[in-house]
Amino acid sequence: MIDLHLAPVERHAAVVAVELSDLGKDFRRRGKRDGSGAALDGVTLTVERGECVAVLGQNGSGKSTVVRILATLLLADRGSATVFGHDVVTEAKAVRRLVNRVSVEASFFKKLSASENLHYAARFYGMTSGQTRGRIPEILERVGFPAARRGEPMENLSRGMQQKVALARALLTSPVLLLLDEPTTGLDPRSKLEVQAFVREVREAHDATILLCTHDLTEAEALADRVGILDRGRLLCLEPVDELNRRYGAETLEEAFFTATGREFDDEGPDEGVKT
Amino acid sequence: MTMKHELIGLGGVVERNVYLTRRYIWWDLAFFGWTVANTLTIVFIAEGFEATGGQIDVERATTTLLIGAVVWAYLGIIFEFITETVAWERWEGTIEYTFMAPLSRGMHLGGTGVFSVIYGLLRAVLLFVVVALFFDLALEGANFGAALVILIVASVSFFGIGIMTAVLPLLSPEKGAQLGFVAQGLLLVVSGVYYPVSVLPDWMEWLSTISPATYALDGIRAAILDGAPLSSLWHDIWPLIVIGVASIPLGLWVFSLGERHAKRRGTLKRSG
Repeated sequence: MIDLHLAPVERHAAVVAVELSDLGKDFRRRGKRDGSGAALDGVTLTVERGECVAVLGQNGSGKSTVVRILATLLLADRGSATVFGHDVVTEAKAVRRLVNRVSVEASFFKKLSASENLHYAARFYGMTSGQTRGRIPEILERVGFPAARRGEPMENLSRGMQQKVALARALLTSPVLLLLDEPTTGLDPRSKLEVQAFVREVREAHDATILLCTHDLTEAEALADRVGILDRGRLLCLEPVDELNRRYGAETLEEAFFTATGREFDDEGPDEGVKT
Repeated sequence: MTMKHELIGLGGVVERNVYLTRRYIWWDLAFFGWTVANTLTIVFIAEGFEATGGQIDVERATTTLLIGAVVWAYLGIIFEFITETVAWERWEGTIEYTFMAPLSRGMHLGGTGVFSVIYGLLRAVLLFVVVALFFDLALEGANFGAALVILIVASVSFFGIGIMTAVLPLLSPEKGAQLGFVAQGLLLVVSGVYYPVSVLPDWMEWLSTISPATYALDGIRAAILDGAPLSSLWHDIWPLIVIGVASIPLGLWVFSLGERHAKRRGTLKRSG
């Protein structure tokens, strides 16, 4: 296990955890070489260590593209991205040690059990069987996963249960930057609240920096210190909810989103090229 | 990440494949049955040739065909495992989690290679024994130890070439994995899988000299048919070592190009 022993957030408030500078990405499509396939267009932002920043956007706005670039899974066409000062392209391995991710799909080998999926995944982060033997049951218990179902194939579990295992997988590796890409989409209200409570706990107990990409306004408001609006690959703003509402003369975040983008929140955006 | 962590990661890939093989064991047994049937259809050709009036040393021809079929099946398992490393993970959706882990690609693919070699050897030995039981083969003088050593040395090259085919699903999620079978077929057709390479046209015979399967088949046949000791098989072993040493870095380089291409185009995850 990678044990980072981080100091409390307050003492390092000025440390930049994520820095995106003029980040751009195009997905070339047949017959479209005019730039209209831009998934990201000059996105610049910083996230400080210990912060939770939510990025709001419709489907296809570029949220997943940001997450994938930070996770070293996608190469940007323009600009740069760093995680704790490490460039995501030239220092990809250093970045990978610091980052983990929970996406909308709880991707697992479906025939394997929760326990088996976590065991092998932990090895990729250098954790021995001696370390995982006690840690995995402990972490599954913390996310509210029933002990009796640890050996059951993932395909027998509900989406809510699978998402808890996904959270456990992410937390198991002690990431200092947690990328949450619509982690509660499709969950029932109870599971959604459980996941959100767990995210708060992770942030407080593990000193993790969180980048939350979502189209759930309530979730963004409940969890984030600052909220950004990403529209057609452009980051329109990034500030605390109160300031954001004030900027757009809005009473609610939804109203602010509408004023900022000129579109309803539930409208479908353009394809992002790669979707989670 | 230290070498110790890298080796733990490699062990993780082996561990995952053990879990998966356990879960799919009945399917594996069914495929083994198919492989036995497929091998028998080839090996019976020798007896069939004699029965239709042909002049042939049936026992030698049967053993020659059996060795060819077993090596074919072994190569198939190695290529299948390594190519499916990517294809299967895309299908399950785990590929992004694997590729964002701090594990070098060499160790990641190496874990699959180690498992596929162990699993493939077990299957190959079992296949040889089961099919040999159908025929009254006199194998008392066979040097099975030398044959096994040749197969293990050849596995390094097979693994290196397998890495190159593993990149195909990154380039084409729909057809890439099947192209791995094409590579396997091409490799064996120039390597004398059921015939001596001398019967090939000149340009194909030249290709046989750069195929590791040529030396593997030649060495294994000499060990089993003639009981050749390992010391007399050096002319097959050294080319296997040379090709093996060259093919792994070449395979990793080809894979890195494919991975970069997929990361640029955003096709790492796409599953269909």
